[in-house]
Amino acid sequence: MTAAGTPPVELAHADEAAVRRAIASTPRPAAAGPLSSAATFAWRGMLKVKHVPEQLLDVTITPVMFVLMFTYIFGGAISGSTGQYRDYLVPGILVMSVLFTTVYSGVALNTDLTKGVVDRFRSLPIWGGAPLLGSMAGDSARYLANGTVILTLGVALGFRPEPLGAVAALVLVVVLAFGLSWVFCALGLLMRSPSAVMNAGFMSVFPLTFLSNVFVQSSTLPGPLAAFVDVNPISILADASRALMQGEVPADKILLVLAVAAALTAAFAPLTARLYRRR
Amino acid sequence: MSVSTLTGLAIEATGLTKSFGTTRAVDGVDLAVREGSVYGVLGPNGAGKTTTIRMLATLVAPDAGTASVMGHDIVAEPDAVRSCISLTGQLASVDEDLTGRENLILLGRLYGLRRPAAKGRADELLEAFGLAEAAGRLVKHFSGGMRRRLDIAASIVVTPQLMFLDEPTTGLDPRSRNQVWDIIRALVSGGTTILLCTQYLEEADQLADGIAVIDRGRVIAEGTPAQLKASVGSGALRVRLLDAGQRDRARAVLEPVLGAVSLEADPAALSGPCGDGDRGAAAVAALSASGVHVAGFSLGQPSLDEVFLALTGHRAAEAGGSDPAGEGPGPDAEDPGPDADRGGPGRPAGGDGPR
Repeated sequence: MTAAGTPPVELAHADEAAVRRAIASTPRPAAAGPLSSAATFAWRGMLKVKHVPEQLLDVTITPVMFVLMFTYIFGGAISGSTGQYRDYLVPGILVMSVLFTTVYSGVALNTDLTKGVVDRFRSLPIWGGAPLLGSMAGDSARYLANGTVILTLGVALGFRPEPLGAVAALVLVVVLAFGLSWVFCALGLLMRSPSAVMNAGFMSVFPLTFLSNVFVQSSTLPGPLAAFVDVNPISILADASRALMQGEVPADKILLVLAVAAALTAAFAPLTARLYRRR
Repeated sequence: MSVSTLTGLAIEATGLTKSFGTTRAVDGVDLAVREGSVYGVLGPNGAGKTTTIRMLATLVAPDAGTASVMGHDIVAEPDAVRSCISLTGQLASVDEDLTGRENLILLGRLYGLRRPAAKGRADELLEAFGLAEAAGRLVKHFSGGMRRRLDIAASIVVTPQLMFLDEPTTGLDPRSRNQVWDIIRALVSGGTTILLCTQYLEEADQLADGIAVIDRGRVIAEGTPAQLKASVGSGALRVRLLDAGQRDRARAVLEPVLGAVSLEADPAALSGPCGDGDRGAAAVAALSASGVHVAGFSLGQPSLDEVFLALTGHRAAEAGGSDPAGEGPGPDAEDPGPDADRGGPGRPAGGDGPR
């Protein structure tokens, strides 16, 4: 996992006099406020992206491959032309890619638990929700980065969305991702290992994405399947994104997506917070 | 030393109890720890040390019993408790995917320092703990000893009134262990109260003013190191033979003189209680008279290991889990797996250590 070529460094002794001075020199500051603590945890999340960029790469390369493969291999067969299919696919892959990234929030949380660092956080005089909310905020920045990569790729391949609409779609996707990430955080607190969380996450997001209209329109599917695909929130989000990128404002679908995000947060955020405290 | 609680006690616990499933990890523990002292909680793996610390640090709620930390009730006023303490857990409580410096800045910010102050404090501590050159490296590339030092530095980003140290030297080589001990002594001289959990008898003897011996979730003895030794009632003679093959013969010779003789982990050594120096001298004389060659012998107070044997009827190393007690596993070792009493519901209780 770690670079094999990097030997551990062993350095000088602790300097006892300096340790004494260091202890003597701290007046206790006023406790950090809830928002400031959450922001600090968000900063921690960003640092991890900086130090472990592979994690972001994993969840970006797969969607990039999907865009290329589906557009150029299946695009002609599905839509008659690769250009037409690309315009249908890119907003859908944006949704898929960002939702896949949410699994990593749960994985990161579970990784924390297997280390001792959570015990330290929980023994600090800070607002109990700060670690979770802060990590989520940091993760949302990650979702934005991930979505931007997919959109940029789409533009490079000739996709021409309405700029404002594309930004709005990206924000909408990140909002649902924020809601969904609570589910995986709860899972991350319940399951035993990071890889178990990752498996469970992908096993649920993968089929749900294929059982949506991300890749094909529901009208081409057999009746019962189409019925499911039409009510799948992922389809609704993908539809809303497509419409936004064409310069429309599908108010009903946007409201529905926001409602789903709010419902997921309302159900899973308190559960996650309780599990985190109880751990 | 200033006393900030009415009673002068940093920790006052009565009847603390915690079960996980059907296992009683902690079974009615009473503790009284004076402010400004180092109090050792000594026991083998799985004795309930970690769970006791976790209750006192407000990480888990006790099933029964009460405790106050720096005058604040751990159940009713957890926030007040948290603002007086710091915790250095058994698994190094630092973030492996950040650098040493980032870890300290993170904690400084969480303790309420502004960014420049947090940075300054991080650099000051890195310097004091001999970590300045490694400050920019990810913690996962640190050695075990460096990780421990960083961990302790992280605990004093804001100087705590009470510090919990859970097995601070487990898995460290002797040199790193001595460094950690020096740091602990410096902390104490600065007025911080320390609750030190350890399975190393020598560690408690070296550092602690008072010791509670804990076994199977209960305090089975309490006192100063000297009192505990005195309670066993006699000194001990330790003999090391030139030829390990003669140990059985040596035992047969010594037993009539000393009463009980126990074989040590060293295959050439054995030891037994002796009331005074004369009896010890007679025992050694008997050995040489019977043709057993002695490489060396020493006469001294019983070790805390022998205290544990006398108190529980079993050796400390035999009581706990599978961890090899006694000798640490050498330099740069990974942290050991979690203590058997650490696993709560839904978490594995041991086995795989941190990746």
